[in-house]
Amino acid sequence: MKISVEHLTQMYSSHVVLDDVSFTTESGKVTALLGPNGSGKSTLIKTIADVLPMRGGRILVNDTDITTVPKAERSKMIGYVPQYFHYTSFTSVLDTVLIGRRPYMSWSVSDEDLEAVDAALSTMHIEDLAERFVNELSGGQRQRVFIARALAQNPEFFLFDEPTSSLDLRHQLETLAVMQDVVHKNNSGMIVALHDLNLALRYADHVVLLKDGSIYADGKPCDVLTTEAVRDVYGVESEVVEKETGRFILSYEPSY
Amino acid sequence: MNKTAGKYHAVRRRKMSVIIILAVLLVLSMILALGIGSVFIPPTEVLASLLNALLPGLIDAPDGAADIIINFRMPRILLAVLTGIALSAAGAVMQGLLRNPLVSPFTLGLSSAASFGAALMIVLGPAVFGAFFAGSVVFLGFEFTTKSLMLILSAFLFGWLSVILVYFISRARQTSQAVMVLAGVVIGYLFQAGLLALKYVSNDDALREIVTWMMGGMWGATWQTIFILTPVVLICFLLIERRAWDLNTLSSGDDVARNLGINVDRFRITGLLIVSFAASACLAFTGIIGFVGLMAPHICRMLIGNDYRYLLPASALMGALILLISDTVARVILAPVEIPVGVIMYVLGGIFFLFLITRGHGRYLS
Repeated sequence: MKISVEHLTQMYSSHVVLDDVSFTTESGKVTALLGPNGSGKSTLIKTIADVLPMRGGRILVNDTDITTVPKAERSKMIGYVPQYFHYTSFTSVLDTVLIGRRPYMSWSVSDEDLEAVDAALSTMHIEDLAERFVNELSGGQRQRVFIARALAQNPEFFLFDEPTSSLDLRHQLETLAVMQDVVHKNNSGMIVALHDLNLALRYADHVVLLKDGSIYADGKPCDVLTTEAVRDVYGVESEVVEKETGRFILSYEPSY
Repeated sequence: MNKTAGKYHAVRRRKMSVIIILAVLLVLSMILALGIGSVFIPPTEVLASLLNALLPGLIDAPDGAADIIINFRMPRILLAVLTGIALSAAGAVMQGLLRNPLVSPFTLGLSSAASFGAALMIVLGPAVFGAFFAGSVVFLGFEFTTKSLMLILSAFLFGWLSVILVYFISRARQTSQAVMVLAGVVIGYLFQAGLLALKYVSNDDALREIVTWMMGGMWGATWQTIFILTPVVLICFLLIERRAWDLNTLSSGDDVARNLGINVDRFRITGLLIVSFAASACLAFTGIIGFVGLMAPHICRMLIGNDYRYLLPASALMGALILLISDTVARVILAPVEIPVGVIMYVLGGIFFLFLITRGHGRYLS
C-alpha cells in the first residue's frame, strides 16, 4: 500500500498550519515525521487519520483519493495513536484494546476479534496487564496499550504521534523496535512523529522534515539529517558522528 | 480458545449474571409493591390478579384485590419503572457522550426544563389550542387525549433546549467538567423559576398540578400514560443500545473515535436527542425527578464496569428498582399521607452526589 500526500493545506480558522505539503510513503517502510514544535507534525498525522477534515490538496491511497473511500473502509486501512489522552473512566486493558476492533464489530464480539486482541497484547508484551485498569498503569505501559489497540485494528498503515514522548530511554527504544518489527514483518506502513533525531536515524527508513508547515527535506535519514538541516530547521548547532553502532547527531548549542 | 478469550468470556458471564439478578429483583419488587398500600394484598393474590388480567378465564380474580391492583397500583408502578429506565439510561448515555461523570438529566437541567415545558402546556394549552386541546386521537385502537401528547411534545422541546444549551456552552468555551454541570444546574434553576412564575399566575385547577410538578411524583399515572410511554421508552432504549460500541469508542477520545470511523459530532447530537426524548416524555407526567440518572449508572459502573453494551441495560434496571422502591416508601412511610418521591430522590441523590465528588475523586472523576 502507498500513501501519497499531494499539495496538502490545513488551517485552524485562518491560521495556516500546513502549506502545500507533498510526499509519498509506502508499506514496509518506517517514515519519521520530524520538525520543531508547531511545525505541523500532529496536524499532518491527524489529517491523514481522518481526525481533521481536509481543507486543500489530496491524499491518495494506492492512487485512490481517500475522501472517496467509505468511512468504514478507511478505518480498517489506517490506525492512529494520538500523542496524549487523559483517561477519565476505569476501563480494563482488554476492553481498551478491544475498541480497536470497532470497525469490524456490530454488537457482539467474535472469536476473530478476541484473537486479534490476544495477538496485539502479546506483540506488545502486555498479556499480564489484560485485566488491569488503564488509568492505573504507568505512562510506558499505557502507551503500549494504545499501540496494542492500533495493532488490534489491523490497519495497513499506522500513524503514531510522538509515541515515545512520555517514555524513558529503554521504553523509547523498545517501543520503536517493536513497531519497526511489525512494519517490516507484516509489510505494513507507518508514519511516526518524533522529536529525537537519533531515534529517527536508528529506526526510520524515510524521513520527512517539516519547517513552519512546509517540507524542508524528504528522503533517506542520512541524506536529510545534516548539520546544515538541523541548524536551518531547529536553530541548533550540531555535528554528525559515525560510530560502529551507527550514526548520531550531537547537538550542543542554539545557533544565533 | 486463547487466554484473552477466556478472560473476556469470564467477565461477560459476570456482567450477564448481574443484569439477570437485577431483572429478577425488579420483578419481585414490582409484585411486592403491588401488594403494599392502604390495603395490604399478599403476593399470591397479586399474582392471581395479574394472571386473571392477562388470561381471563384461566384463574379467578380475588375479590376486590384485582381492581385495586390493575386499575390503581399497576399504572403507578409501571410509571415509576419506565421513568427509572428512561432517566438512568439517559444519565449513562449523557456521561458517555459528554465524557463527564457528573452529568445526568437532572444536572444538565433537563428535568426542570421538561417539567416546565409540561406545566406551561397545562397552563396555556387550553387558551392557545382551545377545543383541540381537550380532544383525543385514536391510534392502534387506543384513545389518547391530545393533552397528554402535547405535554410530551412541550416537555421534550424545553428539555432538549436545556441539554443543547449546556452542550454548546461547554463546547464553545472548552470548559471543565464542573463548569458543564454548573451551567446545567443554573439552567435548571431558570426553569424552576419559570415554574414558580407559572404557579403564581395560574388559576386554582392548574395550580394543583404545577405544585405536583415542582416536587415530582407518580400521581399522574394512568393506563393511558403507560400506553404512550412504554413504546417511547423501549424504542429510544433500543436505538441507543444499538450504538453501545460507539459509546465505548468515545471513551478513548474524540480523535481515536473519528479514526475508528465514528462521526463524533453527529453522534453526540443524535444520542442526546434520543435520550432527551425518552426522559422528557416520562418527566412530562412525573415532574422533576432528580439524581436517579446519576446514581443508577454509577452504582452499575462500580458493579460491572464501563462497557455500555451491559452498562445500559444494567443502569436501566437499577434505575427502575431505585425509583420503584423510593416511590413505594414515599407511599407508605407517612401513611395515610403520601410524600412525593421527588423529595426522597433529592435526599438520596444529594448524599450520593456528595459521595461522588468527595470519595469518587481519582476513581470516577478526573
